[in-house]
Amino acid sequence: MPVKFLAGGARKMNDSSVAHARAPSDWSVRRAFPVNFFRNPMSDSVLQVENLTKRYGDVQAVRGVSFQVAEGEVFGLLGPNGAGKTSTIEILEGLRDADGGVVSVCGFDPRTQADELKHEIGAALQSTALPDKLRVMEALRLFAGFYKRRKNPEDLLKRFGLVEKRDAFYSQLSGGQKQRLALAIALINDPKVVFLDEPTAGLDPQVRREIYDVIEELRRDKKTIVLTTHYIEEAERLCDRVAIVDHGQIIAQGTPRELKQASADKTRIEVRLAREEAEETLGMLEGVSDCRSLNGNYVLHCQRPPQAIVSLVKHLEAQNNELVSLEIATPSLEDVFIELTGRRLRD
Amino acid sequence: MRNLLTLTRMRVRLALRNKMFFFFSIVMPIGFFFLYSGVFAKGEPMVVAYLLGPVLGLNVMGSFWGLSATLVTFREQGILRRFHVTPATAMDMLVSSILANYALTLPTVITELLLAKFLFHVPSLGDMTSILLLVSIGTISFGSLGLVIASVTNTMQETQVLNQLLWLPLIFLSGATIPFTSLSNTVQNVALFLPATYLVHGLKYAVFDGKGPGDILLPLGSLTVWFVLTLFLSSQLFRWEPEAKIGRKAKLYVAATAIPFILLGIWESGSGRIIAEEKVLIQRLDDLQQHDNRRAPRGDQQSTDPTKMDDAKPRN
Repeated sequence: MPVKFLAGGARKMNDSSVAHARAPSDWSVRRAFPVNFFRNPMSDSVLQVENLTKRYGDVQAVRGVSFQVAEGEVFGLLGPNGAGKTSTIEILEGLRDADGGVVSVCGFDPRTQADELKHEIGAALQSTALPDKLRVMEALRLFAGFYKRRKNPEDLLKRFGLVEKRDAFYSQLSGGQKQRLALAIALINDPKVVFLDEPTAGLDPQVRREIYDVIEELRRDKKTIVLTTHYIEEAERLCDRVAIVDHGQIIAQGTPRELKQASADKTRIEVRLAREEAEETLGMLEGVSDCRSLNGNYVLHCQRPPQAIVSLVKHLEAQNNELVSLEIATPSLEDVFIELTGRRLRD
Repeated sequence: MRNLLTLTRMRVRLALRNKMFFFFSIVMPIGFFFLYSGVFAKGEPMVVAYLLGPVLGLNVMGSFWGLSATLVTFREQGILRRFHVTPATAMDMLVSSILANYALTLPTVITELLLAKFLFHVPSLGDMTSILLLVSIGTISFGSLGLVIASVTNTMQETQVLNQLLWLPLIFLSGATIPFTSLSNTVQNVALFLPATYLVHGLKYAVFDGKGPGDILLPLGSLTVWFVLTLFLSSQLFRWEPEAKIGRKAKLYVAATAIPFILLGIWESGSGRIIAEEKVLIQRLDDLQQHDNRRAPRGDQQSTDPTKMDDAKPRN
């Protein structure tokens, strides 16, 4: 299929062709997620992706991804490792060429107008580093030197809490400080769109929360951000809208609230049993809407939890089976993912 | 242009903070200078002048080691990919490497020239324009070879193996270590296929014989053509991403860098001119030494003692 990229400025895309995710027909996506969740009501998008594909040898990493991001929006690509999130974001940054599809970022085609585009975007990449013997302030000045438009490095140092580390070598920084510096550098050219690829991967929970605070501040400043993550908490807390990505496809998108509501207010009850039971049998119990077996546990989705628990206990007694553990959780994006794919996000 | 200067400044700064750089780019070349001038030349000014070409040649040739290693480290650590997302281009990365290396090599070369002049009292350092031109084109062309090496190797291990494989013939056959005239005729003919031979030969001519740029057009021209070719190849093969591996076929590109000197080697082995000129140079050194000895027969003993280098003043 010939690659057709936008030649010039942003083209207004056909809304329906852009917004429909290509979910496999065997998943009951449409039932669980009303059609309007796949639509982006905002028209002032700074980033448009239509039917993007990317292949590495025999592996089809991205299979027809489509989405739009509006100005001032924080958009998250949520999915497990290897889902195609990084490939997608790297195509948008102009680091990789797509095999097919149409992409426009700030009105530029990343493939043919990468030079212009790079002045307009900022990025914190995954698995990247700076030279060990580069000092913090030098790094900011160095990157500022590449751009037509630039922010004052001193202000960024203050904003990202790096004033005391201004003369420290990159090698002397902690993981959190390195990530804060990466974010500061991503903003050095006052970009229109910021790409954050797994901004908290590999950081401990406390440092991760520190980075969340920084990103939330950017969100308050109405910066347009596209971030990838495999942390549910990150997507729920930081993103205005989330696209759930699996096997190179977007299987659902909407605001975190919308996506969770689509789980039909189902509470998740996770149980471990002494002996195995058939999923179908548990799914038929009163008050239980569906049941899936996950790593030896059974995940029951139910609209009326008390009733479900009573019927479960009765059933187990009748079967001479025992309840080893029981956990009740309100719906999260994890449940949405489980419901759509039958797997956990981290599996 | 601004990106180029920004990156060059960073590379110079990083090199000055690197202990390995100090050892390989300053301590070792200056060490070689003292080894050649004090031990091999025994402080004899004319011999120091004759050996200054090979010393400068060694210094200049070493450019490819540091450049290839740094670029591969940058790629392996994911440093290059961070620059990829900025407006900096592959050419900016490559040319800034060459410029930084040049800016860092030149002071050592000048130090060696000054030491030869004032410590070993070499009567004439030859034609300064020729020396600077050769040192410049030599440093940037051998630096550019380093960039090709970085482009055709996937890991640091491969880079170091290739560096060694190239370094050994370059230093042993070019006349930079073993005197060219001591090599067998066959080996001399093999050496005519190496860029280092022309560099060292040109430097000897410029320093010892005081030849002007017009007389060393062959080394200047051949190294310039080689530089353009190696820079072009490295820009075509440049990879930002650590996981972007180069295919086996593309590794053959490194062989393409040899083309100018294969052609020149065929031409020169036919004409025998370089080999003849080398003989003339060493003969001239012998003549000068004999002439010196006749004028100051007792001075020889003093000047052979490297601990009394001050005594090794020119006596004519």
